[in-house]
Amino acid sequence: MTTFRKTQESTYIETRKLLEESEYSKDPEWVRTLRDDATNRFSKLGFPIERRGNEAWKYTNVSRISKVPFKPSPVPLSTKNINLDYLGADENTKHKLVFIDGRYVEHLSSVKNLPESILVTNLENAMVSSSTLLKQHLTKYAQDENDFFTALNTAFIHEGCFVHIPDHTYLEDPIFLLFLNTGHDNDTASHPRILITTGIGSEATLIESSGSDSNARYFVNSVSEIILGENSTLKHYRVQQHSEEAYEITSTNVVLDKNASFSSVNVDLGGGLVRHNLNVLMKSEGASCTLNGLYMTTRSQHVDNQVIIDHAKGYTTANELYKGVLDGKSRTVFHGSIIVREGARKVDATQSDKNLLLSNNAEADTKPAFWIYCDDVKCAHGASCGQIDKDALFYMRSRGISEHEARGFLIRGFVSEIINSIEHKPYWNFINDLVGKTLDEWLQNRSLS
Amino acid sequence: MLEIRNLHAAVNGLEILKGIDLKVGPGEVHAIMGPNGSGKSTMAHVLAGKPTYSVTSGEALLDGENLLDMLPEFRARSGLFLSFQHPTEIPGVKLNQFLRAGLNALRKTRNEEEIDVLSFNKLLKSKVAMVGLDPDLAKRNVNEGFSGGERKRNEILQMAVLEPKLAVLDEPDSGLDIDAVRSVSEGINRLRTSSNSTILITHYQRILDYVVPDVVHVLVGGRIVKSGDKLLAMEIEANGYDKFE
Repeated sequence: MTTFRKTQESTYIETRKLLEESEYSKDPEWVRTLRDDATNRFSKLGFPIERRGNEAWKYTNVSRISKVPFKPSPVPLSTKNINLDYLGADENTKHKLVFIDGRYVEHLSSVKNLPESILVTNLENAMVSSSTLLKQHLTKYAQDENDFFTALNTAFIHEGCFVHIPDHTYLEDPIFLLFLNTGHDNDTASHPRILITTGIGSEATLIESSGSDSNARYFVNSVSEIILGENSTLKHYRVQQHSEEAYEITSTNVVLDKNASFSSVNVDLGGGLVRHNLNVLMKSEGASCTLNGLYMTTRSQHVDNQVIIDHAKGYTTANELYKGVLDGKSRTVFHGSIIVREGARKVDATQSDKNLLLSNNAEADTKPAFWIYCDDVKCAHGASCGQIDKDALFYMRSRGISEHEARGFLIRGFVSEIINSIEHKPYWNFINDLVGKTLDEWLQNRSLS
Repeated sequence: MLEIRNLHAAVNGLEILKGIDLKVGPGEVHAIMGPNGSGKSTMAHVLAGKPTYSVTSGEALLDGENLLDMLPEFRARSGLFLSFQHPTEIPGVKLNQFLRAGLNALRKTRNEEEIDVLSFNKLLKSKVAMVGLDPDLAKRNVNEGFSGGERKRNEILQMAVLEPKLAVLDEPDSGLDIDAVRSVSEGINRLRTSSNSTILITHYQRILDYVVPDVVHVLVGGRIVKSGDKLLAMEIEANGYDKFE
């Protein structure tokens, strides 16, 4: 592997310039302006690799990402022998958008039987066909004044998708966004941009599944903006099975209007260095969110979850539960912040992060925090790091169950609470099997070593 | 059936069992009584193989095989069962799942086919009724939110399903009211056969009115200081352990 000493901001600047002259040249003027402005910002900000006083990146060092000259995958792509199975979808999946190495692939995508009013489309098309809605929302919620990676994503806004669920529409089947990374080319970068808007009283499920069946090095820098209308409900399930050489940075920005309800389940199984920023703004009264997460890391994986819930208004509810299972020399970070603004009465918020350490060399840093500027609230938080309960292990073994199997039971028992918060049965099955398979592999390796 | 010879065991370097000898024949019930801290629970845990205890010398032969050489799961597969004084909660693991895994591990050892979910649930249902547990508990996480009585009955349920050769019951009566003691005892009695054996560890004579022992042993200071018939238990009930200490 080649090593690079310098941070690679200039590579992105040059790449982008070339793209503006080629692939990006047909994009509308307003999008080009967004990109130009963001380019100025990210080049000024530079990669957040400063180790002193850099609170936001204190436990996650991105210098590994900064030194590689990642570039978009070349076109044309080979889309032969593409296997969607491991992402939890197949040719029968009704509504799906497929991205390979960050590029939208129309002939693998399908939005069968969607009511006409529902929009599910790749971003490049939406820039033209839904320009009013896009102009209204795009970049309005993902702040990039001080966020290098968000600015970088905005500087490359082109690939991605737009989903709009109109007022009073109920969509039964989930919409799948599938991001495959083939690893055919070295050091590819992709910057998916996702915009979701839900109308009054609407309801939908969105599943984002990304990963690779290679062990290639690549970089995914994704930004989502999700705007929930009054009384609307969105379930957002996300799983990543990236290569353990891959880097992923995501920023998900959710805004909830009155009585809107957002529930997310984020599952991390892969990736070498992963950072999720989940920012949820409870903009109006009656909004509620449930944010659950599961991270399972081994070897030298590093997974960082930063979750900020901002209760701008009272009578809003948040429940947040993240769980981690750590093996090998892996490291995880959980940093949860719940902000209750002045006058936001009757906020009800809980947050908790629990970690199960299977190895003495793994490390979990956990920091749940509250910032409360109102008296009349109900808030609770907790964090724990522990090993497998020895008494429970002995109890199971005393019934004839092998230590290996008992460990499997106990770990599955620990993670089941998160998996069971997935309400879509086929996807529950998929994640349950996937987690079971991951654990079996770990336990197998453990009993061999 | 079981033969314990000169068993010494320690925890954190402190010797608790100081040479125990005990023979239990098929179909017999032996009661082990003793004051707090005499080593009763230690003996139960040492037999089952709890890793925190270290055996410093001696052996415990179950049908000729030394249990002390085996991992805890192999002791269970050889026919040993420990009913815990304080059964552990297992978050996220359902009782029926857990118990089926245990039974299948035992069946595998006996070269029998695994029992499928349907047949197992049927079996479990009948055993649950026998020990008088709420059938819904089988679908709940093991011991999570169970009352003290339910936990004890759950131990008897597990014994009923696993059908051990030798059951070591560590204070199955502790913390129970008289009605619960009676119902737990009924469960124990129903499971007695001419070929399996029971070691019943208790602090009080009360349960022995229901589960009548063939032999009563008094354990004090890590040694069996006296053995006798059930009259010995009554004597202890009347006079306490003082004269043995």
